[in-house]
Amino acid sequence: MGSAPSKTGDRSLLRFENVSLRFDDVPALQDISFELHPGETRVVLGAAGSGKTTLLKTAIGLLHPDSGRVVLFGRDIIGMTENELFNLRSDVGVLFQEGGLFDSITVAENVAYPLVNRRHQTAAPDEVEAKVAEALRFVELEHTMEQYPGELSGGMRRRVGIARAVVSEPPMVLYDSPTAGLDPITANTIMALVAKERDTQNTANLIVTQRYQDGQLMANFRYNRSSGHLEPVSKNGIGDHGGSNPTHTIFMVMKEGQVVFEGTQAELEAARDPYIAKFVPKHS
Amino acid sequence: MLAGRALRNVFRAPHYTDDIIMQMDIIGVGSLPIVVLTGFFSGVVISMQMSRALDQYGAVGQLGQIVAITLVRELGPVLTALLVAGRNASGIASELGSMKVTEQIDAMRALGTDPIQKLVTPRMVATAFMLPMLTIVADFVGIIGGYIIAYFTLGLTTSQYWTTAYQALEYNDIVQGLLKPFVFSFIISLVGCFFGLRTAGGTQGVGRATTQAVVVASVWVFVVTSLLTRIFVNLH
Repeated sequence: MGSAPSKTGDRSLLRFENVSLRFDDVPALQDISFELHPGETRVVLGAAGSGKTTLLKTAIGLLHPDSGRVVLFGRDIIGMTENELFNLRSDVGVLFQEGGLFDSITVAENVAYPLVNRRHQTAAPDEVEAKVAEALRFVELEHTMEQYPGELSGGMRRRVGIARAVVSEPPMVLYDSPTAGLDPITANTIMALVAKERDTQNTANLIVTQRYQDGQLMANFRYNRSSGHLEPVSKNGIGDHGGSNPTHTIFMVMKEGQVVFEGTQAELEAARDPYIAKFVPKHS
Repeated sequence: MLAGRALRNVFRAPHYTDDIIMQMDIIGVGSLPIVVLTGFFSGVVISMQMSRALDQYGAVGQLGQIVAITLVRELGPVLTALLVAGRNASGIASELGSMKVTEQIDAMRALGTDPIQKLVTPRMVATAFMLPMLTIVADFVGIIGGYIIAYFTLGLTTSQYWTTAYQALEYNDIVQGLLKPFVFSFIISLVGCFFGLRTAGGTQGVGRATTQAVVVASVWVFVVTSLLTRIFVNLH
């Protein structure tokens, strides 16, 4: 597990405090506040252009807000230099929308990248090889090591992206539309891997997506280590410890840069607002 | 700002030596055939054109001098820079532009790597090493091209051509012949990287960045060569 130093003593891994950001005259984020705690999953739903990806990039300092504070691992990242941010970002796993894989290097080199290029705690070659193999085994793509990202399907690239995001065992992983553009079966496979990572490593997750089903899976299923499969929370006995929200999954809905909803799955499904209701299929 | 950060990274760890060597291969070795070909035919053409003018004054014997000075002072550095700008500024802009629009640059930053240190500095260092070397090759091959015309069609002897060519070149000519490509190398690499890293608008944006990089780099090559020539003429 990567280090997550907290200088302020609070338990949150990530905290947004009244964060606002504009691109020219267009508001991308408006007064956003929330916290992400260890082991918690936040699923951010919203239409295209609602500010989901901007939120995610702001969380790790790829974009700088006009006002407000972003506190990552207890450190205010506003005003930090890019060099300071590089060190901090090494403790965050990120899956980009199209995987964000480097197409000039092999799958194995892509997955090894966070271990080889991090500025602190660089791993020994033997250790890197073992961790890369383990991460690719985790996403069931061990056989693609020597292939290039261009030779893989969209779903496979996304799975390699997950392997790269989790190879350094970060305490927090950010997923940017992990299932966008994928067929339902592949999308389900991707989300099963995200849930498996959460339950085997106890990572905190910030998942931005347009698909309600992604959040539904995170909220209602857990990975069972003994059976090696996802199981509904009510069947594996874990649900008793978490009350009505055993997987600690919080839903947020964004509209035009604002968070218009924040709550549990039950509260989301009960919401009457027409915009919010659009994200919840009527049969659920 | 990009130039400042790229230069500062030359002296700061981590140093991506493998990337520098790879870029040297792409920029230097990759450009060699076109540079040799263009340099050779430049020498041939200068030789043929100048022989007509020199013939009017009965000074065809000075052809080696004219070819050497023209190539070493001006045509070698500028032609090589324009070729490398066309081939590599565009290549750099399109490669980095594609990386930008597919979020590979963001991924690099998210994974704790400085894209300027990883992508810009190696390309800048590699171009700074290889462009002067390519220029030397272009100059030499051009003078050989001139010699072939002088020997086979104008009847000059080998020693007549090469002696005048060798004696014509002064220290000042060699310095400006090497300084110019060194300066051009920064223009080409940094302009390519600049337009690549600020690419926006998908594949159309990559095409636009590529074109802009070649045009801007080429124009700056002409502007800077004028300024440097002015300085060296005054020094002389």
